[in-house]
Amino acid sequence: MIGIIDYGMGNLRSVQKALQAVDHSGSQITILHTADQISEADRLVLPGVGAFADGMKHLREGGWIEPIKAFIQTGKPFLGICLGMQLLFDRSEEIPEGVGASAANGLGIVGGEVLAFEGDQFGPGKLKIPHMGWNTLDPVGSPPLLEGLNKQPSVYFVHGYYCQPTDKSIVTSWTDYGQPFCSSLHQRNVWASQFHPEKSQTVGLQMLRNFASCPH
Amino acid sequence: MGIFGTLFILLTHRIIPCLDVKAGRVVKGVNFVGLRDAGDPVQIARQYDEAGADELVFLDITASHEKRNIMLDVVRQVAEQCFMPFTVGGGIRTIDDVTALVQAGAEKVSINTAAVVDPQIISQTAQRFGRCATVVNMDPKRVRRETFEEHRQARIDQGLFAPPASNESSDEAFEIFIHGGRTPTGLDAVAWAQEVVRLGAGEIVLTSMDADGMKNGYDLEITGAVAAVVQVPVVASGGCGSPEHIREVLTETGADAALVASIFHYGQYTIEETKAYLDQKGVAVRCLTS
Repeated sequence: MIGIIDYGMGNLRSVQKALQAVDHSGSQITILHTADQISEADRLVLPGVGAFADGMKHLREGGWIEPIKAFIQTGKPFLGICLGMQLLFDRSEEIPEGVGASAANGLGIVGGEVLAFEGDQFGPGKLKIPHMGWNTLDPVGSPPLLEGLNKQPSVYFVHGYYCQPTDKSIVTSWTDYGQPFCSSLHQRNVWASQFHPEKSQTVGLQMLRNFASCPH
Repeated sequence: MGIFGTLFILLTHRIIPCLDVKAGRVVKGVNFVGLRDAGDPVQIARQYDEAGADELVFLDITASHEKRNIMLDVVRQVAEQCFMPFTVGGGIRTIDDVTALVQAGAEKVSINTAAVVDPQIISQTAQRFGRCATVVNMDPKRVRRETFEEHRQARIDQGLFAPPASNESSDEAFEIFIHGGRTPTGLDAVAWAQEVVRLGAGEIVLTSMDADGMKNGYDLEITGAVAAVVQVPVVASGGCGSPEHIREVLTETGADAALVASIFHYGQYTIEETKAYLDQKGVAVRCLTS
């Protein structure tokens, strides 16, 4: 079973339907509403849109954190999408008003930080924030997630913050938005994408197919 | 490859077909060959998906409130069958309406009249679903300066947010209208754009009422004025009659994306040829081969 974690951060049906559209192995694609369901999953997806601190709060309140970490320990394939990628990191610069900085501590599964796009290249009349629309992946080597795609596939992004892993060797693609940033990564059994494969038409479906069929 | 090996391609400009939906049916003609049901939003969305549209906007123009739930079904079906980004707008009054649409699968919601009537809905949406999901649609129209000042005075009298017109030297002002263009607000378009971004909007769709339906091109003046002051993406809307109009607004105003309706729906131009034209003119667009 491929489990999709429903922790109250957005609608997950398009992720579920996209996986159903590409996975022909007959496995169930199930939206998980409680953390104890994780133990039944062979593959796990953490999607999500919204604010970092909210995401962590919902993970904590739903009792998801330890089961997610335990799942990753087993070595089974795990995919984080967008906010689900950012939450894997140590901490984020996205701290809501009136809340302590500890609210922006992440899962700590991937070493590094989530940073705001900053600099003279951003602003009115220049590069806009959020980074919204179709941009190009520049893959590093031949990452399994991007197998079967052309050299610089276009994918759909919607985000105001980006991930900066400490260990650059886990980066599987860079994307340029005023600066190169890590648009996908692969660390052992953990995969993650800043873009939305479930919104990236045929290119995105191919990536989900790659995730659904990768060996473990 | 890697970061030093390649010339990067920047974020491309989005070309966004806008579909008017009434009681679950697309009401403006959509001229796709072989479409069994020209009014079915899901089929049309799929066709646009295959044709290379970068995103879709569904505008619910259902007048009767009872029939509004039909739109939730449409959204649900589109979200389940089309793996592309889409925004839903039209008739959103409360944060509950927003929540219902997001739960049905809309990834962005576009708020127009309600944003003026109750600006809190912008911050509530941004708080609950993120700035990225919060789109504000605004409809500016050129009015005489004196008319604008009268309307603005009425806002001041009510103790409402009422900034002065931004183009001070002109004898015209760009005033925001609501209720489908029927009601003037006394709000200056540029100031309102800045205010909605402050409240949490992550994108602005700017529909010029003067240009809309005329097919003479987008309103470059107001689009440029808004794009020059906000840090979020601006989608130009209203007036597109040819691919050249899209080139014009994308290269001359700082708009990030272009909303397009009738030239696609009536088969005057295809998305493919529009993008090929833009590409040839040096405008960064996503082509389907990638």
